Amino acid sequence: MSTKFENKTTAAWFFLAPAMAALALFFVVPVLSALIMSFTDFDIYALGNLDVVRFMGFKNYSRIFETPLFWTALKNTMYFVIIGGPLSVAASLGTALMLNSKLAKFKSFFRTVYFLPVVTSLIAVAVVWRYLYHPAHGLLNYALSWFGVAPIDWLGNPDLAMPAIIIMAVWKNFGYNMLIFIAGLQNIPDDLYEAAHMDGASTWSQFKDITLPMLTPTTVFVVMITIIGYFQLFAEPYVMTQGGPLNATMSIVLLMYEQGFRWWNMGFAAAIAFVLFAVILIFSLIQMAIQRRMQ
Amino acid sequence: MKRSLPKIFLNGLLGIIALTSLIPVLWMVSASFMQTGEASSFPPPFFPSHPTFEHYRALTERLNMGRYFLNSFIIASAVTLVSLLFNSMAGFAFAKYKFPGRDKLFRVMLSGMVVPAQVTMLPLFLMLKTFGVVNTYVGAIIPGLASIFGIFLIRQFAGSIPDSLIEAARMDGASEFKVYRTVILPLCRPILYTLALFTFMGTWNDFMWPLIIMTDETNYTLPVGLANLMGEHVLDLELMMAGSVVTILPVLLLFLFFQRHYVRGLMLGGVKE
Repeated sequence: MSTKFENKTTAAWFFLAPAMAALALFFVVPVLSALIMSFTDFDIYALGNLDVVRFMGFKNYSRIFETPLFWTALKNTMYFVIIGGPLSVAASLGTALMLNSKLAKFKSFFRTVYFLPVVTSLIAVAVVWRYLYHPAHGLLNYALSWFGVAPIDWLGNPDLAMPAIIIMAVWKNFGYNMLIFIAGLQNIPDDLYEAAHMDGASTWSQFKDITLPMLTPTTVFVVMITIIGYFQLFAEPYVMTQGGPLNATMSIVLLMYEQGFRWWNMGFAAAIAFVLFAVILIFSLIQMAIQRRMQ
Repeated sequence: MKRSLPKIFLNGLLGIIALTSLIPVLWMVSASFMQTGEASSFPPPFFPSHPTFEHYRALTERLNMGRYFLNSFIIASAVTLVSLLFNSMAGFAFAKYKFPGRDKLFRVMLSGMVVPAQVTMLPLFLMLKTFGVVNTYVGAIIPGLASIFGIFLIRQFAGSIPDSLIEAARMDGASEFKVYRTVILPLCRPILYTLALFTFMGTWNDFMWPLIIMTDETNYTLPVGLANLMGEHVLDLELMMAGSVVTILPVLLLFLFFQRHYVRGLMLGGVKE
């Protein structure tokens, strides 16, 4: 191989080529194909013979909005995002503030322990929690019985299954954003607090007037990645409830998976994927608008 | 004296949260050593009365868990090695070469991060089916060949390498590839460790793609195999806990050993100025 490049552009493209080719072929092309697919009736027959595929315009999309199960899935996913997301961020911020306090001891030990659930496999964790939630011999109901709480059928009750999944998700995820918040807190200059202290500001007003505003960019970022991640709820209901009971934990991605890879209604599933994309995009745009206004 | 009450309260709370984080994990390990049926008795025991390895033996001898482990290991290692090479090359190019359209290309690439991976999965599956790589390691590895986040991380890091070092190497007659190999790669070592850890753990824990692409049981990765096991052995609690331990333990150890690298990457990627 001749390793002296004629000019820098050739060299740059030599280094870019493998990654860009991989992204183009296995990311960009599939995204565009999915878009085209969402306007067709691609189904199990098309898997064997591509000739039977027909364009159907927006029919898949109109069918989505006429499907009650889609609205159930959207509602459940929004529930998970809107309740679980803020709970998750609040838990992260709370623990980050506590660990950042001068009064806290064994900081690095606590930090590591809080982070452990983050690195564990979601599937294994969901398996473990399925047993923790067992109505008769689960550890959680046993602990609650000390406080006189009667056994609860966490995953069998349509009203409690999603809260149970949210609790598990918060438990698993809060350590991740906690570390990002800790980094954000450490970036706030100490002299701001010293000055406030000299002026006689209370701890609360220091928190309200210094910590929170200085932490806003971090918070916006954390909220954004949490929301995008939570919209993709899939493995928890897949392992713990299979979307039940009574579809109470059916999520958009689980619906897409079942339609696409169980029933092979791939055109319809592609349309579901794009509706999810659109919802995430709208949230991201709102978030970016907020961020721009603050700068 | 005045501060001791808040101090006790704060540290007590931190301790309770730590217990909450640890108990499910500790119980999983403990229950995996219990006799069959013991964990389902009432009140639920926290420690095994007669510890046994029988569930681990059953997993490896009867239930193919050794094979799943090997599959996970091969796929995660391959994705890590290849993506590290591709991402570092691209990150270097974005950081250190001026070429027409560079900033635009970078921006367009970054905007791809808002596309959820699920959008690509249906056509990618069909594409790989025509290539004949469904149900193979190659099929499992392909979506991980390059990552936008990885390229971004390396570009940020490589950007801080002084141009003078690169120029000096060129003056000595080094080819561009030699500059990459002998100047950029060694100086990027910290971020490469971090990215390797992220990628390996992320691929190891990935569920949806291997679930889709691996159609034969012998090719399952640990998470897919575990979810499948759950369908057949849901009543065998102790066995399922042993399976969870096998799935979690490798990445947990990896994290405990290389924590420092992991945390640094998180802060680099997470905190944008």
